[in-house]
Amino acid sequence: MILSVQDVVKTYGDYMAVNHVSLEVQKGSVFGMLGPNGAGKTSLIRMITTITAPDSGTIYLDGHKLHSRSPEQIGYMPEERGLYKKMKVGEQLLYLAQLKGLTKAQAQKEIDAWFTKFEIKDWWNKKVEDLSKGMQQKIQFIATVLHKPKLLILDEPFTGLDPINTTLIKNVIGELNAQGTSIIFSTHRMEQVEEMCDHIVLINKGKNVLYGEVQAIKNQYKQNLYRVEIQGEMPADLPDRFAVLKTEKNALTFKLEEEAQSNDLLKFFLQKGSRITRFEEILPTFNEIFIQRVAETGEA
Amino acid sequence: MSKLSLIIQREYLTRVRKKSFIIGTLLAPVGLLVYMLVIVGLSSYQGGDEIKVAVFDEAKMVNPLPDEQGVRFVPSANKTLEQLKAEVTEKKLDGVLRIPPLGNFQQKDHTIFYYSDEKLAPEKSGMIEKRIAGKIKEYKMDSLKLDAAQLKLLESEVSIDPEGINSDQEDDQSKYTAGVGLAVGGIMTFLLFFMVLMYGQMVMRSVMEEKTNRIVEVMMSSVRPFDLMMGKIIGAGLVGLTQVVAWVVLSGAVSFFVPLLMGFDPSQMQGQMAAGGEVAVDPELMQDAGMRIMAELSKQNWPLLIGSFIIYFLGGYFIYSSMFAAIGSAMGDDMGEGQSLTLPATLPLILAFYIVSMAGWRNPDSGLMVFSSIFPLFSPIAMPFRLAFNPPWWQVALSLTLVIASAIFFVWLAGRIYRVGILMYGKKVTLKEMWKWTFYNG
Repeated sequence: MILSVQDVVKTYGDYMAVNHVSLEVQKGSVFGMLGPNGAGKTSLIRMITTITAPDSGTIYLDGHKLHSRSPEQIGYMPEERGLYKKMKVGEQLLYLAQLKGLTKAQAQKEIDAWFTKFEIKDWWNKKVEDLSKGMQQKIQFIATVLHKPKLLILDEPFTGLDPINTTLIKNVIGELNAQGTSIIFSTHRMEQVEEMCDHIVLINKGKNVLYGEVQAIKNQYKQNLYRVEIQGEMPADLPDRFAVLKTEKNALTFKLEEEAQSNDLLKFFLQKGSRITRFEEILPTFNEIFIQRVAETGEA
Repeated sequence: MSKLSLIIQREYLTRVRKKSFIIGTLLAPVGLLVYMLVIVGLSSYQGGDEIKVAVFDEAKMVNPLPDEQGVRFVPSANKTLEQLKAEVTEKKLDGVLRIPPLGNFQQKDHTIFYYSDEKLAPEKSGMIEKRIAGKIKEYKMDSLKLDAAQLKLLESEVSIDPEGINSDQEDDQSKYTAGVGLAVGGIMTFLLFFMVLMYGQMVMRSVMEEKTNRIVEVMMSSVRPFDLMMGKIIGAGLVGLTQVVAWVVLSGAVSFFVPLLMGFDPSQMQGQMAAGGEVAVDPELMQDAGMRIMAELSKQNWPLLIGSFIIYFLGGYFIYSSMFAAIGSAMGDDMGEGQSLTLPATLPLILAFYIVSMAGWRNPDSGLMVFSSIFPLFSPIAMPFRLAFNPPWWQVALSLTLVIASAIFFVWLAGRIYRVGILMYGKKVTLKEMWKWTFYNG
């Protein structure tokens, strides 16, 4: 377990930003933190990164209560990116890495490696303000991972990146994860959650409203939808127990009463002699689950 | 290297390497140099070319007149006034000075005439008037058969020498003590006011910049907010000290080398002042005054003055720059909206400066000044001014204790406001709200 958040509360004046949230992130996992704007994600991340302290509750990083050297094991890229605009790229990275506990020599070595990897060796003396937004993002990412953190917290890491750089960063994140770095993604881009995360937490109004393994949640929220695609004519006499939800040219989507009926459905088509080209269960997208859960918990 | 010293290093180096800092630091002594050159140039300026003036002395009162700088007097040599005027027209002369006889000795005002188509420069006209008046005085003394030596005895100069009766007032005070004290105190006050305000606001702008840049969230995930704030305050303070040291050294070098380079002799300037100025000052007396001022300056307790200057600078700087840091952290992207927030920090500073410059000059030991030199928001400005006048030691001790305690308190308070404000966006903040922040948990 790389991170354990236990019953954490944070209030600002009368406003309860984080309301008794608990969650755990397994070592090596890619963990998605979801929630609408103002849900309390940033407040929670700020406590994990020791920027602020919880009013009550405890946070453990790699088995230890957060302490003054914990930040050296965390890499955090906030959604609002920020670098010293007038500072040179190289000096800036050296500075930020040293603040994360690296020696100057170590920092220099790491920077060289990343510069080579990103093919930006001639950027050392460039001022940040002279770089494009996308280029600044790359520097920001390097600054986040230079000190080889055990836990990487990325807030909307792909906004503002073009498709090429998105792929580049995505691959690098994958590599880091493969090397054992645990990753927390904070995002509202659901397709990324499905693509990259194994576990998620959904936070709304400061509360943990949905938490668990991605596949398990999808199963929990599935509505037994099955889509059958065939070649040729659709059989005419469909039994009533197979409710048709959607009709396409060569496909039908059924809403079944229970999961076990899926074999019946398939059997029906086989008996009718239809030539099935595709048979699939339609799982809810996270977008749908997200909207549903937010609506359910919105009033609470 | 600790994180705090890394931050201090960055804050210091980025500022010191800035073009504006280098230019500002170099330019101030260059400004002084230009100023000195102008003064030197002006004082040696003759008010135009030398003119040749014939003196038509009807009653033979003033002849012969010795030549002055810029004016050559020539005797009329039995020529008539009309002949002399003709010579002016022919450009052989620049002008004719006609001195009519005195009506009687009771007459105080005496008018003499200058004939020329060119204007007589005010400086030359004043100088000629003074010379003729002196000559007429000698003429009157001669005519009245008065003894010049005896007349000289009539002149006296009076000065008050303050003497203590029971108090510890030192006996060696003179009429220069107060003046020198005022000058020393005034310079210290001005320097402190200027530096605390300038570098305090530098801290504020730098805090705002980090907040606006959004780098602050990245920084805070590496260092404690208090370290970031302190690094900034200490770094900027060191820049301030660097600048002052550079100014002192460069100004010293400039004021030492320039007169040498110019071949300029200060006594020459005094001579000119004596000749051309309103009051004729005896150069000997001038030199005496210079000696006395130097004596007064050497009588000041310089180690104490410089030592307390540094303590009050640090105290005042920490108090005000931490206030400015807190304000900067609460401000949004817009400088303008912060005016109402900066007021609580700038107002006491300006008030202290006003109190010193209005009340301090008149009486450095007045009740208001005693209060100001102890009250910690004013004392960094007010006490250094009073130090040149030997205030009671307990007042100095109390003032120092309070200023150090307040500096610690304000840094602590600012730290509490800063850590909340720096992460707060998109909200217009009031002072009341900032006060509430101080009670938030880390």
